[in-house]
Amino acid sequence: MTAKSTNNDVVKGTSAKRRKFPRHVIVFLGPALLVYTVFMVYPLLDSLRLSLFSDEGAFVGLANFAELLPGGSLSSSFWNALGNNLVFFAFHLLIQNPVGLFLAVLLTQQLLKRGRGTYRTLIFAPTVLSVVIVGFIWQLILSPLWGVVSTPLLGLTSTALPTLSMMSVWQFVGIPMMFFYAVLVGIPEDLIEAARVDGASGWKIFWKIIFPLLLPMLGIISIITYIANLNAFDLIYSVQGALAGPEFSTDIMGTLFYRSFFGFQLQSGSTAMGATVATAMFIVILIGVLIYLFAWARRVESYEL
Amino acid sequence: MSAQSGSVRVGRGGRRVAKTSIYVLLTLYTMLALGPIVLIVMNSVKTRKAIFDSPFSLPNAETFSLKGYETVWERANFPRYFFNSFTVTVVTVALVLLLGAAAAYALAEYRFMGNTFLTLFLAVGVMIPIRLGTVSILKLMVTLNLVNTLVALILVYVAMGIPLAVFILAQFFRHVPGELKDAARIDGAGEYRVFSLTLPLVKPGLAAVAVFTMLPVWNDLWFPLILAPGESTKTVTLGVQLFLGQFVSDWQAVLAALTLAAIPILILYVIFSKQMLSGITQGGVK
Repeated sequence: MTAKSTNNDVVKGTSAKRRKFPRHVIVFLGPALLVYTVFMVYPLLDSLRLSLFSDEGAFVGLANFAELLPGGSLSSSFWNALGNNLVFFAFHLLIQNPVGLFLAVLLTQQLLKRGRGTYRTLIFAPTVLSVVIVGFIWQLILSPLWGVVSTPLLGLTSTALPTLSMMSVWQFVGIPMMFFYAVLVGIPEDLIEAARVDGASGWKIFWKIIFPLLLPMLGIISIITYIANLNAFDLIYSVQGALAGPEFSTDIMGTLFYRSFFGFQLQSGSTAMGATVATAMFIVILIGVLIYLFAWARRVESYEL
Repeated sequence: MSAQSGSVRVGRGGRRVAKTSIYVLLTLYTMLALGPIVLIVMNSVKTRKAIFDSPFSLPNAETFSLKGYETVWERANFPRYFFNSFTVTVVTVALVLLLGAAAAYALAEYRFMGNTFLTLFLAVGVMIPIRLGTVSILKLMVTLNLVNTLVALILVYVAMGIPLAVFILAQFFRHVPGELKDAARIDGAGEYRVFSLTLPLVKPGLAAVAVFTMLPVWNDLWFPLILAPGESTKTVTLGVQLFLGQFVSDWQAVLAALTLAAIPILILYVIFSKQMLSGITQGGVK
């Protein structure tokens, strides 16, 4: 983060006369900072604050959070949603990443002479669609009315969540594919060739040389996916509605947040509980980010190629 | 652009088998990725009977029907939804590029008090989802009297897009050679002029930011649902969602609405896929 001191004011004054904020810096930075602060930073901080107050505006400390803990009014919904959300994430972690990697490896094979760009473009296509469209496309295809599949996969408590997770994996597999692809094409051929000359098998080359080089990217993709998954809402809401049926078996943090804030049917909406659930989501995301930073990013070596 | 990631060392016959299996696997996966979309588009122009009797066959003279599209045209204001989505997306992308580039330029170019702090302050926004602030965003929009306006959506999306834009563009600005800017300054160009001369040099960065900003805005359901659910401000994503909810049992209309919503984005994607995918890989590696 070293900024070049090419600015006239700075060059003339070196360190002694360094001006605090030259006017053009304010013109450049001001508008972006203003919009970002007012419409993103302030609402995020204000939501944290609101989680400590009741709907009537009285300070209640951590009382709202007690509602999420065992014995509280939202406890069962909260832990159910959190558990479902982690299952939703596990599907992405354990299926989307390996499939994405496998496709990226196929795409970078030297034997693949033609069509590399075309395959890449076509496989990535579902990713650009709206989650709402993807949800409805699969809802139609899986509808027993149409008869392509005879079991109502989205209607059974045991299969609804895995089915929705797989729809999301289907849509977003292009993202790990592209990220892994970028790393794979950057691996110098000499490195692979040297190992081959030494008699290493293709399998061994993959696990001993290529895979370690992919690990930092695997971590980045996983944490991006984690944040996106904990923030998911559109898919469940479009396919199963705000009540995330059947019997809340597909309820995740996003849908719970929506219901606690706006209310739904018997449950009445509450600003305080909306802010509390949002803060809880923030904490859960933060825990994931910290695990990534300390348990993963520190231990995995990145290599400069 | 090719790395030999673990190509198996085999004889000539084995090579052919390996090559064939690579093509077969990629083709199979491509079919899995596109099949559902093709199925929807294909059935959207068929009669109700044909949709259910023979979902996998192409429409022919006998089964061809545009009734679904007629229903959509009569019952939903799709041109309006498209216009709203288009306005919100274009204005958002333009503002994110302009404000993001100016801020990134300042952070990369000048040394001033608080530079590092501001860089970090903006970077935090890359990691935290703006949706978590929804409760206060809605309150704020009610206070500003902006509920059910496109302005509300644009303001939120610009705030959401700025951190990543600054993050990516600052990297690009740092790679612009200093001599170039100094030469312009010696010729008497002011700082704003130098900035405008530098902009064309970071075009790939601007393209990547445009793509990263555009898709989540066009496809978002959350904020349109909460901030602008009124009939006159509905975006395509929200409009389709509500329409599909109401017409679940009218399969022809549902298929037509899905096709109408998916096709424009897919066409844009096919046109810009090269820039998009290279933007993703560049953004991913940097």
